[in-house]
Amino acid sequence: MELNDALQSDGFVTSKIDDLINWARRNAVWPMPLGISCCAIEMMAFAGPRYDVSRFGSEVFRFSPRQSDLLIVAGTVTYKMAKVVRKIYDQMPDPKYVIAMGVCTVSGGIYRTYSVVQGINQFLPVDLYVVGCPPRPDSLLKGLMMIQENIKNDRPIAKGTVIGGDPEPLEIAIPLIEKPANQIDSRKPGSRIYMN
Amino acid sequence: MFTFEQLQEKNPTLHFEKVDVGGDQGAIVSRNDILAIAERLKSEFGFQQLLDALAHDRNEKKDRFEVTYNIRNHKTMQRIFLKVRCDERDPHVPSLVSVWTGANWHEREAYDMIGVEFDNHPDLRRMYMPEEFEYFPLRKDFPLMGVPGSIPLPHHEDADPRFDVAKRGE
Amino acid sequence: MALIENELIKERPALSETGPRQKIVEALMSKDSTVTLDPLEHEMVLNLGPQHPATHGVLRVLLRLDGETIISAESELGYLHRGYEKLAENMTYHEYIPHTDRLDYIAPLSNNVAYVSAVEKLLKLEVPKRGQYIRVICCELARISSHFMALGALAMDVGALTVFVWALREREKLYDIFDVLTGVRFTVSYMRIGGMAQDIADDSITMIRAFLDGLDDAVGDIAALLHKNRIFLERTSGIGIMSADEALELGWTGPNLRGSGIAADLRRDNPYLVYNELDFDVITRTEGDVLARYLCRFDEIKQSAKIIHQCLDKLPGGDFMARDAKRVIPKKGEIYSSMEELINDFMLVNFGQAAPVGEVYSGIEAPKGELGWYLISNGTGFPWRSKIRSPSFVNLQGLSRLLEGCMFSDIVAIIGSIDPIMGEADK
Repeated sequence: MELNDALQSDGFVTSKIDDLINWARRNAVWPMPLGISCCAIEMMAFAGPRYDVSRFGSEVFRFSPRQSDLLIVAGTVTYKMAKVVRKIYDQMPDPKYVIAMGVCTVSGGIYRTYSVVQGINQFLPVDLYVVGCPPRPDSLLKGLMMIQENIKNDRPIAKGTVIGGDPEPLEIAIPLIEKPANQIDSRKPGSRIYMN
Repeated sequence: MFTFEQLQEKNPTLHFEKVDVGGDQGAIVSRNDILAIAERLKSEFGFQQLLDALAHDRNEKKDRFEVTYNIRNHKTMQRIFLKVRCDERDPHVPSLVSVWTGANWHEREAYDMIGVEFDNHPDLRRMYMPEEFEYFPLRKDFPLMGVPGSIPLPHHEDADPRFDVAKRGE
Repeated sequence: MALIENELIKERPALSETGPRQKIVEALMSKDSTVTLDPLEHEMVLNLGPQHPATHGVLRVLLRLDGETIISAESELGYLHRGYEKLAENMTYHEYIPHTDRLDYIAPLSNNVAYVSAVEKLLKLEVPKRGQYIRVICCELARISSHFMALGALAMDVGALTVFVWALREREKLYDIFDVLTGVRFTVSYMRIGGMAQDIADDSITMIRAFLDGLDDAVGDIAALLHKNRIFLERTSGIGIMSADEALELGWTGPNLRGSGIAADLRRDNPYLVYNELDFDVITRTEGDVLARYLCRFDEIKQSAKIIHQCLDKLPGGDFMARDAKRVIPKKGEIYSSMEELINDFMLVNFGQAAPVGEVYSGIEAPKGELGWYLISNGTGFPWRSKIRSPSFVNLQGLSRLLEGCMFSDIVAIIGSIDPIMGEADK
């Protein structure tokens, strides 16, 4: 709205190049839908006719991790699947974001059993936790909006950029995660928890 | 309607003990007889469908494990259960894949979960758990949360260098 | 999807002699195959899944290809093995109901019915007529919802994305009904041992009738788009053929078996609930190919609508929950006002229904096939063993047999026609 107003009154806008890049990135987040179980159905509803994620510029579901910048882990991750999830995450180009959808990915949820990973932050840096079993599509939409808000505050050109889930500022623009994922504290600022 | 008495009359050499499974007929048969009984049930009595096979841990010293086959005749709509037991020290049971090909995955699942080994099974691998997993989860002595560290999780150090953007230039 | 050439197998560390994947590759390569075509004299191993949009979840299939012809295939499960059977042994019968929602997550209502039917058979509990009618309505709504997903996903896999979006639109209407009927949109946990959580309200009946009135148009739209569409017909007819004998021997049930020409339907063969009072047809096709299985599901939607219409007309009054204070959880209002009910509730929640010692098996005709529970009780409130007979698991067993000799592009259509749900197949 502000942009439109400025364009109509003055015919031009002044901005920082960081903001321009973030504006473009924010409105074209391409998700990689890693639909594993029940949450995948709600994720389909999130892309489907009623909830319609294309209003937020994210309707382009890329099933190839190489072309996407938001990983939505939707469903229970077992130990056997963890290697696959990690490999998909590694294949995604930076900067990348991760949404843990559903309580199974957040903490293991109702599956306190021998085969289920009790929280995917044990092996992945998670940006946003969307809680619910499964979360309603509205919750996931809210989560996407929060990721967009995160992108808005990124500084892709400037030094000391923080992109993704790592809360510590780094020296170079390309994000490098130096800590092993299991040491990242999800309660620190930089990775937020959104309750349904 | 098939009854186990008919089978006994036709084949007096076979031995089994009748049990009741929620109103349906069942029989505990010995390991030596099960293959012969299964073949007769299929060819003579028309039990063409093997719907399920399950193993369970009876938690007893003798005959600790029991495998139950759920068999159905799709014409008379009759369902019967065949049970066979084996000891913990010698957990071997003949495989029924040669009679019903559908037994293949059910027996693999029983092997994965309880550890009963099926002789002459064409491809006895784990069904659900990773190959390197050493335990049998549905045994009563296996804890619900599993053995910590028995299945490794991936870490950042294990990431494939081909996918690592920072290391790609080196 | 990673492309691995045959020579490269030895070099890759993951497929080395001691590697965990070695056994499945060995199984694939040692498999007998009737396909002998080898014009290129160059075989290839291709990995499909576990993350692939057409595998309907986390199914992994390892394919041995020659050019585009599949010589043999081997599927691997377990990427969603959540330990349901171990969980069941560690909780009371009543506590386990929410877990059944997440088995076949396309049709949670019919899973609820299958599980509570098995427990009621073990406890020898009888549900009142009204409760049984409501259960039939729930089962058939779940069947419509599941079949819409199956049709939409199959159509999407062969390239008709519009049908998938239309199917999702219809499913959203069903979710609205579930929201009003059960209080939850997706994972409903509506059934209770001895009945259901609450009575069917007039609002839900109105909504169901409105949905059924619009259903003919919805399936008509799909039929108009697909049933004379040459691309769709050529991609589905004549591929993935399963003969009746093989289907029986593999233990196939549900629409997959009926697509092969065997009219087996537990609703008619071993009537449970009130199906013997209702009039419906068992849809059968004889071709046994992908199109036959698709059309079976398509026609079953109409039969389900017919059943729901009859149920709504015949719906009797009276109780919807069995009156049995020792085994059926009382209503919340009663717990707060009466001492007796409070004690019963405490006992039931903490120690569970003390089931008699014994074993039962009870199965129902779920949308995917026969879904049953084999319960072994040792007299406590916890089951000693609770085995799920899941239709997707058994139906998937036929996959490698179907894929043999097919072309590469047929894989997605064949997987779509089997309609597997991995939550149920992996347990």
